[in-house]
Amino acid sequence: MLESLIQNIINALQWGSFYALIALGYTLVYGVLTLINFAHGDVFMVGAYIAFFVATFCLTVLGLPGWVALILVIPLTMILTSLVGVTLERIAYRPLRKKGAHRLYVVITALMCGLILEHANLAILGASRKAFPVLIEVQVYNIGGVTFTNLKIAVIVTAFLSFLFLHWVVTKTRIGMAMRAISYDKFAVPLMGIPLDQIIVVTFILGSGFAGLAGLLFAMSYPVLEPYMGALIGWKAFIAAVVGGIGDIRGAFIGGFLLGAVEIMVVAFFPSTFRDLISFSVLLAILTWKPTGLFGIAQTTKI
Amino acid sequence: MKRVIKSLVFIGLFLLLAFPALANDTIKIGFNIPMTGDIPKVGEMSKQSAEMLKADINGAGGLEVGGKKYMLEFIYEDNEAKAESAVTTALKLITKDEIIAMIGPNSSKQAVPAGQIADDNGVVMVTPWSTNPDTTFDRPWVFRAAFLDPFQGPVAVNYAVKTFGAKTAAVLYDLSNDYSKGLAEIFKAEFEKKMGAGTVKAFESHGTKDQDFSAQLTKIIATKPDFIFVPDNYNQVALIVPQSRQLGFKGEFMGSDSWGSSELITLCGEACYGLSFSTHYAASGATGATKEFIDRFSAKYGATPDDVAALTWDATRVVLLAIQNAGKITGKLKKDRKAVRKGMEAISSFDGITGSMKFDEQGDPVKCAVVVKITDTGEFAFKESVCP
Repeated sequence: MLESLIQNIINALQWGSFYALIALGYTLVYGVLTLINFAHGDVFMVGAYIAFFVATFCLTVLGLPGWVALILVIPLTMILTSLVGVTLERIAYRPLRKKGAHRLYVVITALMCGLILEHANLAILGASRKAFPVLIEVQVYNIGGVTFTNLKIAVIVTAFLSFLFLHWVVTKTRIGMAMRAISYDKFAVPLMGIPLDQIIVVTFILGSGFAGLAGLLFAMSYPVLEPYMGALIGWKAFIAAVVGGIGDIRGAFIGGFLLGAVEIMVVAFFPSTFRDLISFSVLLAILTWKPTGLFGIAQTTKI
Repeated sequence: MKRVIKSLVFIGLFLLLAFPALANDTIKIGFNIPMTGDIPKVGEMSKQSAEMLKADINGAGGLEVGGKKYMLEFIYEDNEAKAESAVTTALKLITKDEIIAMIGPNSSKQAVPAGQIADDNGVVMVTPWSTNPDTTFDRPWVFRAAFLDPFQGPVAVNYAVKTFGAKTAAVLYDLSNDYSKGLAEIFKAEFEKKMGAGTVKAFESHGTKDQDFSAQLTKIIATKPDFIFVPDNYNQVALIVPQSRQLGFKGEFMGSDSWGSSELITLCGEACYGLSFSTHYAASGATGATKEFIDRFSAKYGATPDDVAALTWDATRVVLLAIQNAGKITGKLKKDRKAVRKGMEAISSFDGITGSMKFDEQGDPVKCAVVVKITDTGEFAFKESVCP
């Protein structure tokens, strides 16, 4: 009993890591622009595909060993995915913002961007799934009946490091200060000489870059890629971000792990048929009790 | 002005009369298949198989019905492997494309709802791959080319008990998939009937879009079953098997006919080697007409045909036979569709490449199942054949 509890805690930490990494991207963009970037789940999907192509290129064309390829794949995936995020911002969100469109229209645009990414992928690469190549050999460890793999540990550690890094950026650096300033007052900030557009671009680079990292880790853990893989997990990560208090880095992180833990633990202790029913009822109860989420404040002073 | 209207009416009438006459030389058959979505390989193989058959018949001058040759026209529509889309696709084929009969949908998830549409509209539908009893039950217009889950379930149980020496089992299935859920329940009932109540130690479900099964698998592994029965689509199998190994499961797996795609090996790799599943036919070691089909298909498309390709071939040939049995094509859609339905009834037994079959009163064939084992090179090797 104790073994399977510990086993499920490890399962929950791994699964929650993905929610947390994706939720961080939602929350960064929301914190700065108060924009719910619904394309974020699909940026994650694009990240997984970019990782797939870079990894395949490194392994087959360059013939590199797996661990060298991985060292190359991590930064390349993050850079290329952040380019996708920045492109979306540049061609879809910024023109609307410049025209002073209402937030609602930008959110709808984001939804459409997500669908465009999915269907562009479907049209270009076809509907067959891709099998992600093996970069590092998965080692299975067994300690007292509890099993875990080197990959699971890497995923969990990466999620924690990403959180610490983003938290440091937002709270301790000048860029972070500018981000917080923008979320406080979008109109006064440019008057102070802070380049609004550049800060927003940096926000998208950070959010999409970490979505790319999540895509890579996800593809390594669940090596079957398909165009719609980002849709559901993106939605759920968004819910995680809201439950944690959207706009707050800590909220997204805790919310991600909370959702992961609730989903896994419901299956562990109840019939798995009820998983989504029970887990979302729990989240609904949390939101009823605290509508702004665990870390949210009912003000615009977010992030 | 009056003259113009008059001539327009005449032209209109002429066109109305002329069109059925033009359409008279072709026979339209609709294919309601998944070309995108969860199981695109299934749709692709179905289409390739049908194209090969069409090329054969049209190459020989067309299908002879009542002494006249008709060219075949196959209309392929994508149902995205979704139940809702299968229904709209069926409606579109029946009302807009004016097909005479429909092949597909392939999986029960789409075939059960689409069967209702075909039955309501009085169009013969033959599903190649659907094994859920509900697809044809009480639907005189709906037929199938595959065996049924109440037959497949016991095949899996008997094989596992005999070959693995299994005394306990666990089941992991897809809750939102009619096929998977139905087969899982049949398996559980059958296994407990044979081995005693409570021998199915765990009965867990997941959603169609799930990628992480660690919680369900942890729960299953904690009950220490001899093997896990997974009646899931191949894409989910490719995630479930490796994840269970990473959680320390060393036992056997038993699968069902939804495993039977070459894409299983592409996605799952070595983790799936050595596992067994029940299916419709085994490509390796085939003889006679089956071998000829496999050789021609492989030569044409460079891939071994999956069971769905063979079943589509059989299903389409059954429909063509029914059209020939109908005697003649009148060009009146409703009458012709009815004649095809009568023609289906007239088929007493049919020698297909997936085995010979007879249709019972529900429109289900009585035919054999095979169990195949995945070899160390990723081939599906024949293990045994089970007949009703």
